[in-house]
Amino acid sequence: MDFGLSEEQELIRDSFQGSLSRISELDTVRQTAEAGAPMDESIWAELCALGMAGLMIAEEFGGAGLGLLEAAVVAEELGRRVTPVPFVASAVMAPLAIRLGGSEEQCREWLPAMADGSVRVGVAVSETAAGARENAGVTAENGVLSGRALFVLDGAGANGYVVADTSGGLHLVRADAAGLDNVALKTIDRTRAVCELNFENTPADPLRHGEDVLQTVIDAGRVVLAADSLGAGEEMLRQAVDYAAERKQFGRVIASFQAVKHMCAEMAAELQPCRGLIWHAAYVMAQEPEALSLAAAFAKSHTDEVGRFVARTATEVHGGMGFTDLMGLHYWFKRLGVNRAYLGSPERVRAEAARLQGFAA
Amino acid sequence: MDLTDRAEHGAFRGEVRQFLDQNKHLAPDVSSFTLRMRPRKLSEDVRDWQGLLVDRGLTSRTIPKAYGGFGAEPDILKSRIIADEFFAADTVQGLRNMSISMLVPTMLEHGTEAQKQRYIEPSIRSQLVWCQGYSEPNAGSDLASLQTAATEDGDDFIINGQKIWTSGAHVADMMFCLVRTEPDAPKHEGISYIVFPMDTPGIEVRPLMNMTGAPAFNEVFFTDVRVPQANVVGQRGQGWQVANSTLKHERGLLGDANRSLDSLLRVGKLLQNESLDGRPLIENPLFRDRYIRLQARTQAMRLHEMRLISDSVKGKPRSLGDMVVKLLGCELNHQLDGLGVDILGEIGVLYDESSMLRDGGAWQANFMFDLGLIIGGGTAQIQKNIISERGLGMPREPKVAEPKVAGA
Repeated sequence: MDFGLSEEQELIRDSFQGSLSRISELDTVRQTAEAGAPMDESIWAELCALGMAGLMIAEEFGGAGLGLLEAAVVAEELGRRVTPVPFVASAVMAPLAIRLGGSEEQCREWLPAMADGSVRVGVAVSETAAGARENAGVTAENGVLSGRALFVLDGAGANGYVVADTSGGLHLVRADAAGLDNVALKTIDRTRAVCELNFENTPADPLRHGEDVLQTVIDAGRVVLAADSLGAGEEMLRQAVDYAAERKQFGRVIASFQAVKHMCAEMAAELQPCRGLIWHAAYVMAQEPEALSLAAAFAKSHTDEVGRFVARTATEVHGGMGFTDLMGLHYWFKRLGVNRAYLGSPERVRAEAARLQGFAA
Repeated sequence: MDLTDRAEHGAFRGEVRQFLDQNKHLAPDVSSFTLRMRPRKLSEDVRDWQGLLVDRGLTSRTIPKAYGGFGAEPDILKSRIIADEFFAADTVQGLRNMSISMLVPTMLEHGTEAQKQRYIEPSIRSQLVWCQGYSEPNAGSDLASLQTAATEDGDDFIINGQKIWTSGAHVADMMFCLVRTEPDAPKHEGISYIVFPMDTPGIEVRPLMNMTGAPAFNEVFFTDVRVPQANVVGQRGQGWQVANSTLKHERGLLGDANRSLDSLLRVGKLLQNESLDGRPLIENPLFRDRYIRLQARTQAMRLHEMRLISDSVKGKPRSLGDMVVKLLGCELNHQLDGLGVDILGEIGVLYDESSMLRDGGAWQANFMFDLGLIIGGGTAQIQKNIISERGLGMPREPKVAEPKVAGA
């Protein structure tokens, strides 16, 4: 048994950590966020050079052919730096959907361009994964889609979409397809772009095995969001500890007050075991696929809860500064906030976990 | 990541399973879940089972043969396989109590050859049961301020003072005890770690009823208790360092993830078996949500433990990850007990005797007992100090000057 990263995986982590500490500094993140851009083009280009876009795409289609564990390792680093680039949908969920659910021809058409980063694909599965709001939902009939999909991950600025219909089928849709309207959704988190898609008899290319792979695609997305939250949470803790070591009140650094130390200790304690859940879920995807959904549900729901606790506690340790825009801590707070809501809130995901174990109808 | 057994470990797992198939019927029918209700002297079948497990290398595996152990190379994965297989077979494991998990490792690390020869074998076979004389009425979290005095008299020490919260002192054969031998030295440097039989003249044990209603711990009074100086373990005046190595073992003991998993499975059964208004409680979405929440937490702790084990196999030093286990594990156990109590509702407040009692009243007893474990072995607050100071590098709270007495 070895519960840990291989040397290669540690190298991947280190190389992303190194690059991101240089290229994804808070000032850069802030510029992208304030400009309302769907992503930072120069960070995207550098990360694509590191192989991020093609991480999970098979080598025969120009990717690195790596697994969900490597994706989770990268996601943790992206979360740590609140990096404004698409990843969860365009580098994990969409490639999986196409490779597992699509034909050889669809793979050849889409994956090589996705692997080099020249094509980005958003994923519209919110109605299945998180539940339908505002009566949203997409129906498929005679090769065309109609209806509305909300919270399309990595949706703004994408060249195409993987879209789930209300009966669980998956479809590939080009961004310039007739009868498709894309409306950007502004969320609290300006580091990643989501949108709403409106379909009116929009031509679509169905993925043959879409129904069989939809749940796997969602599970993989949940694991990657949990990893992103873990990285973001760890960074918030780091900043809180650093701030507490600088800030003086009553003639001493606030890090010497037990009230403050215990807040930090609780954050550290809650964050530590999340990694086991995330790595395990990522590992079972290839090794014990029948265990993936439950493992992903545990990883997502638990890390969401820890993420909320850390987001508020780390902010509180910063006192009034934590509440300011100047400090920038809110970028992490907001990233954790959307990760919690996307692809299923903890309550919804736990209800799924209960069903998976036969506890509920 | 590779969660499959390598060949050697797969074969070992097979051996453990075979042992269990052949010998499971000899195992005493006790569960730590209900055992807590009535702390008592170990019965003969528990000792026999323990002896068999020692002989077969299924507990105290790495104790050298010279001291009556099995003499296996340390292999944390094999220990894990044993724990998991016994758990899966619902069979009581080798004992993990203060004698075996605290005294024995400390003796191995710090004891003289004569002490090892004399104490280790009977201790691992549970022929010698120990209690821990650490806390005093005025030395709890601030253990190093302890005042029980040992003064020299020829080759002996004469011990006077008082210990408190001494679990199992009323059934123990021996005590390992912290005493102050150098009253003028700084508080951490004047302490010695000393062992003596509980029937030494001058020792009075007064059971202290705990909130579960069981006499699990005690006050122990020492009046001119004569103990040979040769009974000091480690160097005289170095007792603090010796004790700290023991506390490290205790904290591992108090955060065992299999213990949480055992509780979780029991809560799951309760949820499926109990009904309210004629409906099984598993159909209640609120209870179900609480259960799944704790299920995720339990799974997190199990996987966390596996990660720590792998790190340890790879020779990585103890880390922040190790420091959080006692805090989180004890809290989780208490939450699991609390969910059990809540599932039972009014039935769950029955205690001692009732035809409607579930599991002998163990749910309330554990709910109380596990709060005791949050406090014992270093309170949750002391754990948070350790995490923040040693794990996160935050400074210690500055010492406060003693307040001046008015008019002095």
